[in-house]
Amino acid sequence: MSIKNIFSLLTFLIIIFSNVTKVHSIEADVFIQSTVNRAAQTLGGNLTKEERVEKLKDIARETVDIEGIGFYSLGSNRKNLTDDQLNEYKKVFSEYFLKSFSSRLAEYSNPEIEVNSKKVINENYTIVSSTLAGTDSRPEVKIEWRVYTKNPENLLIRDLIIEGLSLARTQKEEFSSIINSNDGKIEALLKNLSDFAGK
Amino acid sequence: MKKLLITSFVAIMLASNVNAGTDGENDISNKNPGKVKDCFESINRATFKFNHVLDNVIFEPVAKGYRKLPSPVRTGTSNVLTNLSSLITIPNNVLQGDFKTAGINTGRFAVNTTVGILGIFDVAEKIGFSEYVKEDYGQTFGKWGVGAGCYVVLPVLGPSTVRDTFGSFVNVIGGDPWYNASANGNNHYLSDSDYVITKVLGGVDFRAKNLESLDNLEKNSMDFYASIRSLYLQDRQQKISNSKAVTDTQDDGDWEEIETQ
Repeated sequence: MSIKNIFSLLTFLIIIFSNVTKVHSIEADVFIQSTVNRAAQTLGGNLTKEERVEKLKDIARETVDIEGIGFYSLGSNRKNLTDDQLNEYKKVFSEYFLKSFSSRLAEYSNPEIEVNSKKVINENYTIVSSTLAGTDSRPEVKIEWRVYTKNPENLLIRDLIIEGLSLARTQKEEFSSIINSNDGKIEALLKNLSDFAGK
Repeated sequence: MKKLLITSFVAIMLASNVNAGTDGENDISNKNPGKVKDCFESINRATFKFNHVLDNVIFEPVAKGYRKLPSPVRTGTSNVLTNLSSLITIPNNVLQGDFKTAGINTGRFAVNTTVGILGIFDVAEKIGFSEYVKEDYGQTFGKWGVGAGCYVVLPVLGPSTVRDTFGSFVNVIGGDPWYNASANGNNHYLSDSDYVITKVLGGVDFRAKNLESLDNLEKNSMDFYASIRSLYLQDRQQKISNSKAVTDTQDDGDWEEIETQ
């Protein structure tokens, strides 16, 4: 291959990769702002609490990588599960997550979140930074969103980092604690998840 | 001089021996705060329960009452407490070798204590001082490479680690000028009750700012104790690394293995 060809190939690759990154980063922050706007619209609208919860669940199903968060939350335990246990876990985790997610958000009324910037970590992840405006009862809160960008046409949220504290990591350590305090039995976690979802 | 010697001794002891009775996995690694062991978990859980009852009976109701005060009163109180915390932050900036920030924080303290009337008004922020970041002796020990030791829950005071608890002791053996001036009796105008009042107010102010978030966390946790432990350790890790960048303190390893698309 001649020097000229190598140069052309390198130029081509640089253009391709810089465009890919650009598409990811732009889409990730627009995606978060649009998701936040949808949630704010739901929370600020004239809906009953039940309707609000259902709408929030719909938004979560479309925009959050529930399965990915579920696997992450299991940590190294996920490697020890049988297929049946894994399928059971996926089911109860999804129910648990949607209930927990909608319940956490449903108590906010009309939150004002402004997307400030984004940082592309690699081709799979972009971190989008935003600010939840302060109110009389609480200070301003910095929220970062870990967006899974592997499929640019279907961006998904994998974590919320509030003032530097990762919700996914907190959940992972909570799950690990439940499993460890029950002699390493995954069934204990499945029962806890199922009980929580059924509350 | 005696106090300085005690502080140095404690620091050296922590740096060299804190891990001696453990398997050496207790350090807060830069990438994994989960490595801090909960060596006294059953005692910690019992203390956590006690603190939780205390919170329900005393701190939460008081914080709710405090929340009813006019916003300027709460902001002023919070500003005074933040200003007093500079007295611990500044020596820690120096101990961490961050002389520039020590200078800025000294300027901030001088401006807010005088023009800002004992810190009630954060004049420094309004005239363009950079954002204030608190530092303490636990963070300094961490910065020096001292491992966290085990996770502990202290009665009334809440989550900590062996290292951070020693860090708090440094405050009362000369490391906190506000303690020296008030509780230690080096001043005719102040007494130990002034010190206690500021510490209690600090706790109430923190609780009032986190009423909803802690309630929400409790309501949505299956193991509230484990959630609080995780959040505390993540927070300390971030403060010790002095990093605002999430990706600098997060362990991406587990995420990278997960493919759902």
